[in-house]
Amino acid sequence: MNKNRIEQVFVGKQALICFITGGDPDIETTEKLIVAMAEAGADMIEIGIPFSDPVAEGLVIQAANARALENGCTVDELFAMVKRVRGKVAIPLLFMTYMNPVFVYGKERFMKKCQECGIDGIIVPDLPFEEKEELADVCKQYEITPISMIAPTSEDRIEKIAKEAQGFLYCVSSLGVTGLRSEIKTNVKGMIEKVRRVSKIPCAVGFGISTPEQAKEMLAVTDGVIVGSAIVKVVAEYGKESVEKVEKLLREIKRVF
Amino acid sequence: MVYKKGRFGEFGGQYIPETLMHALSELEMAYAYYKKDTEFQKEYVNLLQHYAGRPSLLYNAKKMTADLGGAKIYLKREDLNHTGSHKVNNVLGQVLLAKKMGKTRVIAETGAGQHGVATATAAALMDLECEIFMGKEDTKRQALNVYRMKLLGAKVHEVSSGTMTLKDAVNETMREWVARMEDTHYVLGSVMGPHPFPTIVRDFQKMIGEEIKEQIIRLEGRLPDAVVACVGGGSNAMGSFYEFIDDENVRLIGCEAAGLGVNTSQNAATMTNGTIGIFHGMKSLFCQDEYGQIANVHSISAGLDYPGVGPEHAYLAAIDRGEYVAITDAEAVEAFGYLSRMEGIIPAVESAHAIAYACKLAPTMKPEEIMVVTLSGRGDKDVAAIARYKGVKINE
Repeated sequence: MNKNRIEQVFVGKQALICFITGGDPDIETTEKLIVAMAEAGADMIEIGIPFSDPVAEGLVIQAANARALENGCTVDELFAMVKRVRGKVAIPLLFMTYMNPVFVYGKERFMKKCQECGIDGIIVPDLPFEEKEELADVCKQYEITPISMIAPTSEDRIEKIAKEAQGFLYCVSSLGVTGLRSEIKTNVKGMIEKVRRVSKIPCAVGFGISTPEQAKEMLAVTDGVIVGSAIVKVVAEYGKESVEKVEKLLREIKRVF
Repeated sequence: MVYKKGRFGEFGGQYIPETLMHALSELEMAYAYYKKDTEFQKEYVNLLQHYAGRPSLLYNAKKMTADLGGAKIYLKREDLNHTGSHKVNNVLGQVLLAKKMGKTRVIAETGAGQHGVATATAAALMDLECEIFMGKEDTKRQALNVYRMKLLGAKVHEVSSGTMTLKDAVNETMREWVARMEDTHYVLGSVMGPHPFPTIVRDFQKMIGEEIKEQIIRLEGRLPDAVVACVGGGSNAMGSFYEFIDDENVRLIGCEAAGLGVNTSQNAATMTNGTIGIFHGMKSLFCQDEYGQIANVHSISAGLDYPGVGPEHAYLAAIDRGEYVAITDAEAVEAFGYLSRMEGIIPAVESAHAIAYACKLAPTMKPEEIMVVTLSGRGDKDVAAIARYKGVKINE
């Protein structure tokens, strides 16, 4: 079977996956950040679609969502921006979005636009295995890879989720919401061993990874790391001037790969 | 119609982060077991009767009936329950369930504070730790209930994200639960959220309608023509309606909050203005924009100030079994005073929405027809806010 663009990222290497909230602080900065992050070594980028009520997010990304919405960012603007930036970066781009913005926009209309602007995959944190049929058909039709998640509480759910996972498996490192954490207590290695019993799908760990040291620790057991809040925090601090600072952070993290 | 687990037609479901799925299936299994456990049911009924004071009265509002000159009006007096509202019915069930599941801590959201007070009460009774999340705006509107929760030994967290009301309190309670599930049960306060909550909460409220049926048959020898209740998330309404769903001649009427008016930007009229969406774990109707951003809603009533509605109500509306109407702040305040003067009963401002519609509907009905209005709670908590609304200064 041919590997899709997301799976190809993991061939022969480990991946650095970066998250930013789209439209934070504005759409132009988001576009610049995507280009800069790709140059600084990001292997894949998740663009968060701002939502009024990001229930799975900690304070840092909640605030980013609020900033983006205050500045009037809409998903239509994000589609247009992705289309522009697609000409400049080759790495896979994914949307991270709650279910409601997709559902209300129209599931088919949404995926069609994703395909047209060059989005590779979609991560929907409030769409668990039991509800994945909600997007399965439209994702398939428009060749958008739906990314599945496993959590420290998944235990015997891991096998069924891993068996049907596509692209990569998003391994949530800790209980709770997104955000910086001083240490990751979960037995991530154990989680991934459970995945390996049934699937070869690449596993990337996210939630709470902010430093090169944490990334290094995780890379000992996984195929990739996802860095989100740490980047968004820099954007919060430096706003439109954050591009170089984010680049610097990524180069530091990339050094441990 | 294909019935899927946890679905009411197309509504309901479990749209929740993977981290919480384990807790939800644990809850689902525990509930399925204890629902059939006679010991559990005995303990629950014992609490309802000897602690909460059930069954609640079905009161014939004779003066109101005479004044409105139409249907014979009965009030289902949930305001007489311990803690002052129907919320205690659900809370006693869920906290008892949590205890059986070995949980040592309960958390809950609250709008008007009634659910928070009820949860804090049950937690005190059953020796569980209790933390309540309440929008900062609501802690101001309902300062008395905040203090009441603290008296009962609960910790109250002021939520200052978003609109600082019920929706944000739910967000924050979910965030807390996802961080700590092992020892903690989330006592969801209405017939909403992910499966199995809409079913569990409805089951723990359905005695309202069962009692209405038994009482009205004893008093009148027949079923009512209409059952009227206020709807925020919709638990007292669902509890009132459920027993009557198959009795097709009984009109089921839910009264939601029109705030300053359904055509203004300041309302919480989900059934009137809402569109289908997926939020707070459920597919249902929500006040939202064309991009699926949840709207800032408004109601004078903190308990109805919510941009969504329980999925079973969305279903009852979709199959034309339930009727839903919107009542403005002004109409509710008017009804608040009306019932106080007319019957000597001060209703919760939430319940006043149902009273307001009863006042409109009764004169259009015949004297031989019967209407039951569920009075979901008492209005002591609202006295200060109503005075403020009317510009009356009182020493609180």
